[in-house]
Amino acid sequence: AALKGGLRSQVSAALKEGRVTPTELCQRCLALIKSTKFLNAYITVAEETSLKQAEESEERYKRGQPLGILDGIPIAVKDNFNTAGIETTCASNMLKGYISPYNATVVQKLLDQGAVLLGKTNLDEFAMGSGSTDGVFGPVRNPWSYSRQYKEKSIPKSHSEGEELNWVITGGSSGGSAAAVSSFTCFAALGSDTGGSTRNPAAHCGVVGLKPTYGLISRHGLIPLVNSMDVPGILTRCVDDAAVLLGSLAGHDPKDSTTIQDDFKPFELPNLTDVSKLSIGIPKEYHAPGLSSEILALWSKAADLFKNAGAKVVEVSLPHTRYSIVCYHVLCTAEVASNMARFDGLEYGHRSDRTESTESMYAATRREGFNDVVRGRILSGNYFLLKQNYEKYFVKAQKVRRLIANDFVEVFRSGVDVLLTPTTLSDAAPYTEFIQEDNRTRSAQDDILTQAANMAGLPAINVPTALSERGLPVGLQFIGRSFQEKQLLTVAKWFEKQVQFPMIQLEEVKRHDSGVFQHQKSASFS
Amino acid sequence: LAPWIPVVGLEIHAQISSNSKLFSGSQVQFAAPPNSLVSFFDASLPGTLPVLNRRCVEAAVMTGLALNCSINKKSLFDRKHYFYADLPAGYQITQQRVPIAVNGSLSYSLCIDNKMSQMVTKTVRIKQIQLEQDSGKSLHDDTRSQTLVDLNRAGVGLMEVVMEPDMCCGEEAAAAVRELQLILQTLGSSQAVMAEGQLRVDANVSVHHPGEPYGVRTEVKNINSIRFLAKAVDYEIQRQIEELENGGTILNETRAFDSKLGCTVPMRDKEGKQDYRFMPEPNLPPLILYDAKSLPANMNHQQVINIDWIHERLPDLPSVKREKLVEQYGILPEHSFTLLNEDGLAEFFESVTKQTQMKPKKVIGWILNDLLSYLKQHSLTVKESPVSSFLLADLLNLLEKKEISSTAAKQVLAELWKGEGKTPLEIVKEQKLELLQDQKELEQICQAVIDGQENE
Repeated sequence: AALKGGLRSQVSAALKEGRVTPTELCQRCLALIKSTKFLNAYITVAEETSLKQAEESEERYKRGQPLGILDGIPIAVKDNFNTAGIETTCASNMLKGYISPYNATVVQKLLDQGAVLLGKTNLDEFAMGSGSTDGVFGPVRNPWSYSRQYKEKSIPKSHSEGEELNWVITGGSSGGSAAAVSSFTCFAALGSDTGGSTRNPAAHCGVVGLKPTYGLISRHGLIPLVNSMDVPGILTRCVDDAAVLLGSLAGHDPKDSTTIQDDFKPFELPNLTDVSKLSIGIPKEYHAPGLSSEILALWSKAADLFKNAGAKVVEVSLPHTRYSIVCYHVLCTAEVASNMARFDGLEYGHRSDRTESTESMYAATRREGFNDVVRGRILSGNYFLLKQNYEKYFVKAQKVRRLIANDFVEVFRSGVDVLLTPTTLSDAAPYTEFIQEDNRTRSAQDDILTQAANMAGLPAINVPTALSERGLPVGLQFIGRSFQEKQLLTVAKWFEKQVQFPMIQLEEVKRHDSGVFQHQKSASFS
Repeated sequence: LAPWIPVVGLEIHAQISSNSKLFSGSQVQFAAPPNSLVSFFDASLPGTLPVLNRRCVEAAVMTGLALNCSINKKSLFDRKHYFYADLPAGYQITQQRVPIAVNGSLSYSLCIDNKMSQMVTKTVRIKQIQLEQDSGKSLHDDTRSQTLVDLNRAGVGLMEVVMEPDMCCGEEAAAAVRELQLILQTLGSSQAVMAEGQLRVDANVSVHHPGEPYGVRTEVKNINSIRFLAKAVDYEIQRQIEELENGGTILNETRAFDSKLGCTVPMRDKEGKQDYRFMPEPNLPPLILYDAKSLPANMNHQQVINIDWIHERLPDLPSVKREKLVEQYGILPEHSFTLLNEDGLAEFFESVTKQTQMKPKKVIGWILNDLLSYLKQHSLTVKESPVSSFLLADLLNLLEKKEISSTAAKQVLAELWKGEGKTPLEIVKEQKLELLQDQKELEQICQAVIDGQENE
């Protein structure tokens, strides 16, 4: 049975009618995970428990009492969310072998609705990075590296050598989750987004990546990078599915004091036909240095699409955009330095063998447990937090943050409903090229289009738009008003329908499991 | 030699009396088995978040009001970073920028020259009260080169009360802390028992000549009782004076009080000054408190704290209680101090006065001289007294009705202490202590004595 369709529209019905069972779904996904192991998208595969969950779901469907749309749906979770009984590593030596005693709230919510937890996905260590290349379990490979679309456009080399050398990154830091969704090994995945870590890999892997408004979804159990910017992210194959996931996760959590108190009502997305009342803002500062001409053209084409359909499209200005990277780095490293202070080897996680003194044990544990990226950020952060530097850096950055947030307030106040911007500067880079620059440089470059939304706490979504000349996905980003996810996703859904982004044609996968995947009719955007 | 002016300020940490900890639901309990009261948050498991305990906020507001502070309607939480085995997260959550209460005062009384009859009232300014987490406990086992860490106490709510350097000696510091202790116990915001670590006092001490700026101060820690507080402060003042008079200098250091030797010693060095890298706590929004005026109409009352509501329900503070005792019973002010100073003694006194015809002014003597001294001799609390208020009242009634003499009464009391269950009347009969009222009988006895004399 073809299950490429949306959760609400097709999968749920298929399960209810018994055309497919949760166990079958789970087994298919587990088999696919095995056959796509070279992608390195998963750190831990929870085979036994997921099959058990699938069986329990099946019982419920047999009784005609499924818990909801997510009952029996295989889901993957980024390995920085706590999962009780299943290893949570954050792709770090510091937490290798760490088995948390509790579930993150979002994980618990998924399980309570019958979702099947397939496993934990790979990431940059402690979510620091924009390539998913800097974790201790190795880099994640973008499934599109193995797609017919990419291979057709690649410079021909000898078959196997070409593949090995030219595979492209997923982007990061939620690369494993994006790859997992993109390669059909799960129906949806949780990521996290602090500066773009859900939207960036979503763009590179051709999937939908939603960053919700800060305070809408609980962070309890998400191992923090920057507490004041982190949000759980949602990765799916279509916008409707993102709305389903959002509906099951959003809402006040007493365990997270930064979640809003207001009631949240899950929603179904309307099929927008008339966009004439819509006002789309195009922030000129997002024409950033390094933006590829390809993406610039795509962005422009998208703006025209809205205009031709009757929407109001206006150029707007977010004047403080150019300060956001520097501001982000000060605030991010400061919070990182603070959040990482708990990793001392005493209560949990890696502990060094050094026993001469507590201090030496701490120092060795942290040197052994953290990679260079993490340690670099801790050192920077501590520098900014020193008494003599605090005003100059941290407080200053907070003030700049306020200005950046105000830029958005002004623009939305002027009547703009949604902003349209690129998500990334270019399509995914080959791994060998990406690692030529260090993590900090890469992050500084790649975060520029995404992290202002985190500074302002706004919702934002990547919608896969078209394939680049190299046959790789390119996405565009919509940024919405605070807590106006319904409007944001409605617009995103309309756009998704217009562009008809092509389905990935994974040839290895096709060979093993030809029944599952259909070819998509072309009608592609580019 | 020019005179020295000693300057003493205090930092007092009072453990909040609550069922659960400041930011997590684990229990607060003294002397529980090690690491049995530790939640995931207390152990700093990654991904856990703080959730503010309402009761702790109320305790701090009550305390702030009782100490005449302004309650900040908006206060903030911060992280104070340092590495130590008993601080699992590597930082303590405290209130460094804007604490919950500021600018208060505490009045306390002292006896001049040790005479109870001459009491003088002093005031110390309260700089601020802040909410913060307690740390765990670490026990250093040097023989096995290891440190044992117990996190039961980690995360328990504390109120840090900062008293300005308005005090000048050990006696003042002790009296101020004693009064604070009584206030906290009256409010119920802290049980404030120093022996159980519920009240910890650090003293800041310096000396200077009149007209000159304040001297370098030292911080004295490890003070385990109010008595030791007075000793530690006085010793440190003396030490500093001697040091300076011998041409030395005072280091801005932390010293520990050694109760056995009765002196202060430098603590293990902390390698220069610590930079705590304060940072706002991003997981806790600003703490907003309301009063009757600012309370929005449609606010869920479970979610908010109303300062005025708490103010209306404050119990009588010790100073008020003392005034009332003096007014109601006609006792002396210094008597009221002693009554309140002893847990349960005021209640005992009032209970006795209710049950006896003897005037309170006379009862008080029996309470303060006889009862109290006996209890002190045997290290008993009022609750543990073998002589109940009922029994004492009974005895005093016999005295009041002139059925026994005052001397006899003391004898009966001595017997009552044995706690054998006899009533005063029974003891009087047993020991034949009745006062003879019968005229004729008295005449006979006198006559017999006179006759006896004449025969010699």
